[in-house]
Amino acid sequence: MSKQAQSRLSKTALDEIQDELAKYPSDRRQSALMAALRIAQDEHGWLSPELIEEVAGVIGVPVVRAYEVATFYSMYDLAPVGRHKIEVCTNISCMLRGCDQVVDHLKRRLGIDFGQTTEDGKFTLREVECLAACAGAPMMAIGHDYYENLDEGKIDLILEGLE
Amino acid sequence: MSVQKNRELIADRFSSLKYSSGVCLPALDQEQPWTLEAYRSNGGYQALEKVLSGEIDPAEIIEVLKISNIRGRGGAGFPVGVKWSFMPRQSDDQKYVVCNSDEGEPGTCKDRDIMRLNPHALVEGMTLGGYVMGASVGYNYIRGEFHEPYSAMEQAIREAREAGLLGRNILGSGFGFELHNYLGSGAYICGEETALLNSLEGKKGEPRFKPPFPAVFGLYGKPTTINNTESFASVPAILRGNGKWMDGQWFRGLGVENSGGVKVFSVTGHVNKPGNYEIKMGTPFRELLEMAGGVWKNRELKAVIPGGSSVPVMPAEAILSSNMDYASLQENGSALGAGSVIIMDETTDMVNVLERISKFYYEESCGQCTPCREGTGWLYRIIQRINRGQGTSEDLDTLLDVANRIEGRTICALGDAAAWPVQSFLKHFRHEFEARIRPAQSDAA
Repeated sequence: MSKQAQSRLSKTALDEIQDELAKYPSDRRQSALMAALRIAQDEHGWLSPELIEEVAGVIGVPVVRAYEVATFYSMYDLAPVGRHKIEVCTNISCMLRGCDQVVDHLKRRLGIDFGQTTEDGKFTLREVECLAACAGAPMMAIGHDYYENLDEGKIDLILEGLE
Repeated sequence: MSVQKNRELIADRFSSLKYSSGVCLPALDQEQPWTLEAYRSNGGYQALEKVLSGEIDPAEIIEVLKISNIRGRGGAGFPVGVKWSFMPRQSDDQKYVVCNSDEGEPGTCKDRDIMRLNPHALVEGMTLGGYVMGASVGYNYIRGEFHEPYSAMEQAIREAREAGLLGRNILGSGFGFELHNYLGSGAYICGEETALLNSLEGKKGEPRFKPPFPAVFGLYGKPTTINNTESFASVPAILRGNGKWMDGQWFRGLGVENSGGVKVFSVTGHVNKPGNYEIKMGTPFRELLEMAGGVWKNRELKAVIPGGSSVPVMPAEAILSSNMDYASLQENGSALGAGSVIIMDETTDMVNVLERISKFYYEESCGQCTPCREGTGWLYRIIQRINRGQGTSEDLDTLLDVANRIEGRTICALGDAAAWPVQSFLKHFRHEFEARIRPAQSDAA
């Protein structure tokens, strides 16, 4: 058995996980599990079973604990996704301000339904629950950014601006 | 990652700031209110400096908070001073203060603005909390999608630490406090305080049985106090007392009996100027609606959900005679909740709205308690069926029956939150549901 198995996580990612671990008591390493999964996902795009196992090892928790967390929270991707995740809010405030048109336009323009990824692997489209930007309804999030007060023209500009 | 040319399309940091009283939201005329310099120029950290200079006993601060009449801003409305008094301050055990910035109640968007526009108010409020309750560590639990508020909070913490306002031996007082941000990963249920604690421990966000309450058995089993972002961020201004130091009467006097101070209301939906309005408790709803530019498109008001999607809906006539405080909204059949005011005009289809609300609770039930896990699915499927014109006359009774059997039978309040909208929508707008069930018959009649 080789102990030299190649780490899937870069040095940068491992350092970031160490920074997270430093926030908690030394006997409470599991508190950094959610951050570690996020860091791993940011680096690889999604959480494969092998990656989840490695994160569990780095934190020092049984693999099942990492799986529990990875499957409970909605922001972890357990399958490959597009380069840009488009998350459209359809909750009440957005619904009242016309998110249906936003959704129709996105689906038509991208040629995909909720939960799907475009063939070129560029976009994944998702319906999400309230993202707490209700005063800017209708809104969507792409990556770390919120886009608010959407209409069809603005959506086109946003999509064109993404590589 | 988005390329640079999208920068101007991303929502502006000030876009939802519409009215401020200068307590939790910054004054409207500041260019960069989130900096330490800007915060200090408005009296920021004066409270912490005075408290740590040794003149103030922690018990006195709790007394001021009690007098100020500030109630928890996250939705439950529990008096902040009373909550802080539950902590066993004298015990040598490690204690924690935790901020609930897991803002996710549909219609609520105030904590996002507090953190991205006025993060130092939260840093100072939590540090004061740590001092009063004898906690040397604090965690701010921020919802996973809030990258912008998270960055603002990280920057504020860095600035405060460099200025000696956080960390070991703050301002040479001997008191030390470490504050860390924690980013969630998408789960409405983590806004429930014990689910939040489990999440902070790196577990699934499932609520815990209470008792024991967090003040006894909280984070890692240690005494913990959890407050909402707006609650913590209000504390420095309350202690400053608008120039009358440690005068809780100032804040109290801004509001009305039972509801002290000012509060941020997120006004959304069918209004001309949706946004956050930090106004006096007890302000008539009519005034708030007017501030928000009135109902859009010159339409009539039909209904309002005044405190976030889980509080009962109010027909126009009920909300128009209400004031924005705990007692008035309760008397008129609803609740203040998190102050998330969702406005619906005369064209709103109430069956549609309830279907969307029910879908939300179905999606977000953590699955721990059977009545909620199964019941929220029943509610959603029945309402969806009715909305599609496939409902039967028994469905409305079944809906109420299911809702009544969820209410009060779950570990946390998500079950109640799923039941209340159903009960109130059927109470006030039953005719719309009936019309959807028997369109042919009502046409014939």
